[in-house]
Parts: sequence; structure tokens; C-alpha cells
Amino acid sequence: MSTENQPGPGISGDDSLDADHEANRRIRRVFFSCALVTVLTTIAIFLVLFDNAASYFFGARISELIAGADLERTVTFGEFFSGTRWAPDHSTPAHGVLPIVWGTLAITIGAGLVSIPIGTATALFLSEYAEDATRNRLKPILEVLAGIPTIVYGYFAVSFVTPVLVGGIASNLINPAGAWLESISHLAPFVLEPAADWMMAQSVGRYSMLAGIIVVGTMTIPMVSSISEDAMQAVPDDLRNGAYALGATKYQVATRIVLPAAVSGIFASYILALSRAIGETMAVTLAAGFNANLTANPFDEIMTMTAYLVSMARGTSAVGTVEYQSLFAVGLLLFLMTLSMNLINDLLKRRFQEEYR
Amino acid sequence: MSSDTPDGRTVDESTDDPLIQTEIDAEPSPSRDAERTETIVRTKDLSVYYGDDRALDDVTFEIPENRVTAMIGPSGCGKSTFLRSINRMNDRIDAARVEGDLYFHGKNVYDDDVDPVALRRKIGQVFQAPNPFPKSIYDNVAYGLRVQGTDEDVDLDDAVERALRGAALWDEVSDQLDESGLDLSGGQQQRLCIARAIATDPEVILMDEPTSALDPVAASKIEDLIDELVDEYTVIIVTHNMQQAARISDKTAVFLTGGELVEFDDTATIFEDPTDPRVEDYITGKFG
Ligand SMILES: Nc1ncnc2c1ncn2[C@@H]1O[C@H](COP(=O)(O)OP(=O)(O)OP(=O)(O)O)[C@@H](O)[C@H]1O
Ligand SMILES: [Mg+2]
Repeated sequence: MSTENQPGPGISGDDSLDADHEANRRIRRVFFSCALVTVLTTIAIFLVLFDNAASYFFGARISELIAGADLERTVTFGEFFSGTRWAPDHSTPAHGVLPIVWGTLAITIGAGLVSIPIGTATALFLSEYAEDATRNRLKPILEVLAGIPTIVYGYFAVSFVTPVLVGGIASNLINPAGAWLESISHLAPFVLEPAADWMMAQSVGRYSMLAGIIVVGTMTIPMVSSISEDAMQAVPDDLRNGAYALGATKYQVATRIVLPAAVSGIFASYILALSRAIGETMAVTLAAGFNANLTANPFDEIMTMTAYLVSMARGTSAVGTVEYQSLFAVGLLLFLMTLSMNLINDLLKRRFQEEYR
Repeated sequence: MSSDTPDGRTVDESTDDPLIQTEIDAEPSPSRDAERTETIVRTKDLSVYYGDDRALDDVTFEIPENRVTAMIGPSGCGKSTFLRSINRMNDRIDAARVEGDLYFHGKNVYDDDVDPVALRRKIGQVFQAPNPFPKSIYDNVAYGLRVQGTDEDVDLDDAVERALRGAALWDEVSDQLDESGLDLSGGQQQRLCIARAIATDPEVILMDEPTSALDPVAASKIEDLIDELVDEYTVIIVTHNMQQAARISDKTAVFLTGGELVEFDDTATIFEDPTDPRVEDYITGKFG
């Protein structure tokens, strides 16, 4: 119609409205720049890691290589990814990253085995079983727990988890079980004898993988339960009513209606918890230790990637040396591990989500 | 082609839904009015409180089996509360407290030995807003059968088809059973919820304003369906629509503000010759 381009009465051509538009644009710019800051930071971190990691493997940063520096293989990918000894700052250095990747994975998987079941069950209890009054009292406690600085958890490990819990497991459970095995070892001496000896020999030093798992696991429970509970609460009550009216039990409503509808938020909480476990530093260092051990024994000291980063940062290696540059290779690997966690999260979400509208 | 039925409802006669064609002139069938039936739900001095507020006030009456009983009354008079007390959905509300007796087949449902889960398997419910689960059409209908752990020799496919036919939805969805129930139109969603409710073969179906979120055509399909359902089930329906109550119900209960049941009688009597002047005022719109 021909009137389309004509200013209608009160719709345009008003000075105050123009000012509004201008204000809108300005606010938009402010918000956009804030968003830009985080994006740029991520890119910058990645570039710095990448640049420095290059110098670990190739003897020169990418920027220096472009400027014409000589390329020399300092550490080969083969050694890095398949070597089983990690000691870049040792007098006879070794650059096999496996032991500390294993340390990180062991802590992450172990912590996930602790926090995911307990956290999910807690969330289901709070959201589907607890009365409002109970929920309103428990939820803030969980959130406080999630906010305690991790170093505090570290000292919790040193003063309680390692000596009392892990020590108790070793001396009251594993050792006696070993003694019992010893007593019946004549039944199958070749299998039982070594197992019994191993079990009776276990004791806890200052650090152990198990202590790390317990500490990081408990530390991430509130993260799983709190975020999962939010996701469950967001499931419309209509759906619950529909199911209850069909004669579903509480448990059936919780597992077959609420869980599938809330799965996106629940998985997000798992990924957050696991990423936190991967990146956890202070508590895990104080609990699991600094010894890059490729071991499956939960009572042994291990070293995670983050623990290595800490020990390097406070160490004496000169900036620019190969052992110093190893920091960035490990950092880059850590970054990629967390990134892949997020990709896995997206895949899982798409697979399991029952989207409500 | 479209025509007005005597009671003012517009129906599209060109539809190929057999159910609608045969039920176009569905007045409450005279045969249904003539013979008396058993009472299926009976209340005695039933009061429901939310905290200290009384939502139902000493309600006493009897709901007949295989009939449509309508509940009408102004907003907030406790109609939904009454429905929820029949299948004990009020248990879900922390603040709700029930006093008095409500008998289902002569058994007080508030006795200690009554399991609300078992009760709800006999008393289905359809809600005001269609609330299909975010699952496939098939899984929606099968949900009740699955949670009730139906014996293995029941053919799930068969039961789903029967329920969808019973809800006059089969012809529209038979080739998309794997698609989400949420992709259906509002009216289809509501019929899916009805199919879900009848799949487990309950005795009573409670409906809380089941057509208030639907357009007139979809609503009239549901009304026709209700007429069909009373052959097998007892329907208790809350509605704000007087014409609807007059069209589809055999009995009507009028609640007024304060949760009082002021009159309960044959629908024709309520609409043509009510005893209580407040009922006449309410029906003619002078009240509430
Ligand atoms: N969950 C609840 N908690 C507290 N009070 C409630 C609750 N549900 C209903 N009530 C109160 O009980 C009274 C009856 O409510 P109810 O929903 O049964 O009315 P209704 O007749 O269904 O109304 P409407 O026609 O608007 O649906 C109202 O005063 C309402 O405020
Ligand atoms: Mg209501």
C-alpha cells in the first residue's frame, strides 16, 4: 500500500523516539562489548598456550618460526603421547605425558563416580520427594558447600580424608581382608597368595589417589545436585500431574517423566562437575600428591596435570627452557580435554533430551 | 456445509470423522435419563481446606455410574478442588486437608488402607490445558499401561490403537505414532490426553474444563467424544460453559462461592426449573 512509507500519526518522526533508538543502540553496544571480552579472552588464552606449546615441541614459538627461527625437534609427539615417564625437570628428563594424564583421568572418573550418583539422587530427593520446607532449608546449605574455597577442601583432605578415611579403609578393611585371604590362600595359592600379600602391605602415606577422588568427588556433589535440582524444578508440574493421575508412583514420575525432561540441565551439571574435577588444583594436589605414577593402586601417590602445573610454577626452572615450556603443552592438553567434555555434553543432550514446551 | 444444532452448537457436517457424523444430534440420550443406575462416587460432609481456608464446605451428594455429571459454579468455588479430592490428587498439595467422607464403590478413599496410586488407576483425569508428555504419541498412550505394569500378554500395540480409536484420534495419527505428542494441535493433544486416560481402562474419568483451551470445533469433537465415553465410563466434568453443561451432562451440580454445593439434580431440572434462586441467578448470569 502506498501509505507504507509515510509517517503515521505518532509512530515516527518524534524526537524523543529518536533519542530512544540512540539509547537502545548504545546499550546494545555495551552488552556486545562485554560479550566480546569473554570471547577474546578465550581466543587469547588458546593462542598463548598454542604458541608456547609449539616452542616445547619445535624449539621456537610460532611467532619466532614465522620470523625465521630454526626449527628443531626438542620433544617428539611420539615421546610425549606414548612415553610412560614424566620428569621434564629431572637430570635425565623424560617427556611422556601419560602418567599425569592418567592422574587427571583417574581423579576425574573416580570423582564422577562419587558425585554423579550421589548428586543426582540428592537432586531427585530435593525436587521430587522432599517437602517444600525441607528443600528450602537444604538447598542453601548445598550452595554454601559449592562456594567453599577449594584450598579448604585440601586441608580437609590432609586432616581428615587421608588419615581417617583412607587410612581407615586401608587398616580396617583392606589389611584384615588380606589377612583373611592369607588364611584361605591354600585353596588357590598362586592367585590368593600375592593378592593377600598385596592387601596386607597397603598403607597410606601423605598422599593417595583415593583421597583425591574422595575430596574432589564430595566437592563436586553440590554442583551436580544444585544444578540438576534447578533443571528438575523447571519441569512443568502439568507433566507430573498427568503422570500421577495415571497411577504412576513417585519413583516412576521421577525416573520416567522428570529425569528425561530435565536431562539437558542434568548433563550440564555432570559436565560442569567433571570439568571442575579435571581443572581442580589445590585440593587435589594436597590430597593426591606430586608423584607422576602410572598406577592403578588407589593407595598410591599420583600427580595430576594441574598438580604438575603448580609444582612447575613454584619450581626453579628458568623461563624459556624446555621443562618450563612443558607447562604450556600440558596446559593446552588440559584445555582440549575440557573442550571435548563440552562437545560430549552436546552429543549426549541431543540423544536423551525429551524437550517440553 | 455447516449447520446449527437446536442448542446453538455449530457442527461441520462435512467431516469424515464417523464419530462426529453419527453423534451430531447428540442430546443427552433419553434412554440414559430414564433408567436409574448405581452410585459410583458418594460424598458425605466433604470439606477441603487449604491451610485455614475452606475451599469445600460439607458437600454431600451421589454421582451416578455411566453418566456425565457436570460441575458448574463461579471461579474459585472449589470445583477443581472437588475433582482432585476424588482421585486424591489433593495429596500432592502440602497445604490441602480433607475432612468428611468420599466413597468410591462404597469404599472410603480416605481410609488408611487405600493406596492413592491404586485409586488413580481406576479414576483417570484430563486436565484443563492439554499436557501430553514430551514423548511420542505411542509412548504417551502406553505410559499408563507401562507404569501400571500390565501383564505381559496384553498387546501394547493393540491397547494403544484401541485407546486412540476410543478417543477419536486414531484416523488422524495412525501413521505418525512415533512423532512427538507435542507436535499435535491443541484439540488433538487433548484427545491424546483422553486416549492416555482411557488406555488403562479406568472406571471414572475426571475432566477439569477440558475444552476451555480449545477452539469451538475442537471443543465440539471432545463433547461428542464424552457422549461416546459414558457407555463405558463415568464422566465427571467441570465446566464454565453453561451450554456445554446443558448439552452433554445428565446431572449437574452447582457450587457457589465458599465451596457450598447449592443444588444437585438432573441437568434439565437445573437449567429449566432450579429450586434455589441463587442457581437461577447464576445460570442466567446475574450472579458470580
Ligand atoms: N494449591 C492451592 N493452595 C491454596 N489454595 C488453593 C489451592 N488451590 C485452590 N485453592 C483455593 O481454593 C479455592 C477453590 O479453588 P478451586 O481451584 O478448586 O476453584 P475452581 O472452582 O476450580 O475455580 P476455577 O473455576 O477458577 O478453576 C480457591 O479459593 C483457591 O484460591
Ligand atoms: Mg478449576
